[in-house]
Amino acid sequence: MSAVKLAGIRKSFGDNEIVKGVDLEIHTGEFLVMVGPSGCGKTTLLRLIAGLEQCDAGEISFDGQRVNEVPPRDRDVGMVFQSYALYPHLTVRENLAFGLMLRKLPPAEITTRVNEAAALLELSALLDRKPKALSGGQRQRVAMGRVIVRRPKLFLFDEPLSNLDTSLRVAMRGELARLHRRLGVTMLYVTHDQVEAMTLASRVAVFNEGVLQQLGPPLELYHRPANRFVATFLGSPSMNILPARRDGALLKGEGFTLPAPAEAAGELLVGLRPQELRIGAEGPFSGEIEAVERLGFDGFAFLKTAAGPLVARFEGLVEVGQTVRVQPLGDATHLFTPDGTKALRHPPAERKA
Amino acid sequence: MKGPSKLQIILLHVGLTVMCFATLYPVLWVVKMALSPSQTLSLTISPIPEAVTLDHFREVLASFDAQGRWLFGRQLLSSLVVSGATTLVGLALAVTAAYALSRFRFPGKQMGMQALLVTQMFPATLMLVPLYSLLQTLHLLDSLTGLVLVYATSSLPFCVWMLKGYFDTLPKELEEAAIMDGASPFQVFWKVVLPLARPALAVTALFSFMTAWNEFILAATLLNDASLFTLPVALQRYVGEYKVEWGHFAAGALVVSAPVMALFFALQKHLVGGLTAGGVKG
Repeated sequence: MSAVKLAGIRKSFGDNEIVKGVDLEIHTGEFLVMVGPSGCGKTTLLRLIAGLEQCDAGEISFDGQRVNEVPPRDRDVGMVFQSYALYPHLTVRENLAFGLMLRKLPPAEITTRVNEAAALLELSALLDRKPKALSGGQRQRVAMGRVIVRRPKLFLFDEPLSNLDTSLRVAMRGELARLHRRLGVTMLYVTHDQVEAMTLASRVAVFNEGVLQQLGPPLELYHRPANRFVATFLGSPSMNILPARRDGALLKGEGFTLPAPAEAAGELLVGLRPQELRIGAEGPFSGEIEAVERLGFDGFAFLKTAAGPLVARFEGLVEVGQTVRVQPLGDATHLFTPDGTKALRHPPAERKA
Repeated sequence: MKGPSKLQIILLHVGLTVMCFATLYPVLWVVKMALSPSQTLSLTISPIPEAVTLDHFREVLASFDAQGRWLFGRQLLSSLVVSGATTLVGLALAVTAAYALSRFRFPGKQMGMQALLVTQMFPATLMLVPLYSLLQTLHLLDSLTGLVLVYATSSLPFCVWMLKGYFDTLPKELEEAAIMDGASPFQVFWKVVLPLARPALAVTALFSFMTAWNEFILAATLLNDASLFTLPVALQRYVGEYKVEWGHFAAGALVVSAPVMALFFALQKHLVGGLTAGGVKG
């Protein structure tokens, strides 16, 4: 059953159409991450689901009930804002209790729920502090706690980790995953960070320019991207994209040839993940190393080849200025139509280690 | 980083001392006049009185009218009532109007804002005659209610602009968070926006109160009964056509400024920035 269903959602601000007809179903209990570059409409979509904005066209339904006209407070939805949006004049306890008091819950019930949430988020010692006396991570947890105490059936997160430093972000990511397992509620999470998308999501929805590009489990999107945008957006460094054309049994590009898969015909784009390219003495590509991103013993090298820039993995010693060859690890070839809108082929899955 | 040199510090302090003295000198003069036994202006440079007496204060505070009513007490009360009521009425109207102008989009919003601004461009004396005839028609001449209405409406445009400016700086997410928490528009306003706007409310209240407290021309024109006079009007009576009771005038002026100073100190602790610190981001 779907907890949330979006059908033909459109939204414009002035002349600017931000969401261009999105259909999306969110299953009960899943952690769905909406990811895309800034301005792709993901946050707008979240606000439409929350009820903070009204859509121009289309239907939003919760558990089969149309909610377009339902005000936010009656939608049973909780939202964690990018900026946390804690009430600065209230203590942590009052921040947590605010929504419950507005709903006129009995005081004993409010105390129980606030204490439970505080214990869950390790905020018990901070309940009497004001938000300005909290660190970024603590504020973030209060913002989450404010939603948890209300026990809504749908949690919305708008880039909740983007204001935290890297190590805290990793820790909070772990906490979020734990929270989801523990509460078992439906969570909808917006981010532009593909690492958050890959690590947290049951399913990922990739957006670009107001259009849903692909929806699926993270690894499926990584291995079988539906188009060039998804292929280059997920994975770091980005997938290499090189123009080529089929010539008999070969794929020929500027300065390289690869064996042609059966699906190849005419003009194409070849996609190769940097992780599946090795720098060595042999291989179909040749180029000069322009920059090196060393992570330790291995890393990624950025090459200038006749076909364009190419990123490949290396092990051991390489130097900037060196001319090297690059070899794909087995069959690693993705193929896309020349305009990049459609994938024609992915490497066979069983090949993966 | 290198701090300022000794010479710079000395010059700075000399400059500040001169400025302080220039600012305080007239005030010291008023204190001198209030404490000196004579009623005349003594034309000496020194702001230190040669002899000290509290007679002027006594006479100003203990003024009675023909019916034996304590005039100063009544005038103080009417000043307090007028200023207090002006502040309350003005603030209640300004806060709600400013919030609407800051947050909602509606037809005539730009025009309304500009119209408010335009009203501020006429000198107050220009409004005197129309206001007089308006109040006459409403039978509100020589009444404190009429004066409150006039004060509240004339301070409204400034208050609205000032509060709107402050509301514009409050992060919208806080209100959206309250909406998601289940607050009605009024609850958002009452429980989130108003508490956060406290510094602006304090400044605006102070401004309204002081404007009403110090206003002279309108009060002198619209009030006739000496027992209804606000204090500035009462003070003016010491400056007669043939003689000026400088001692009484100065003593009265000091007494009149005391409540405003008290109010300022009381509100000072609310005039703090950073009230929204910690609400959004780091």
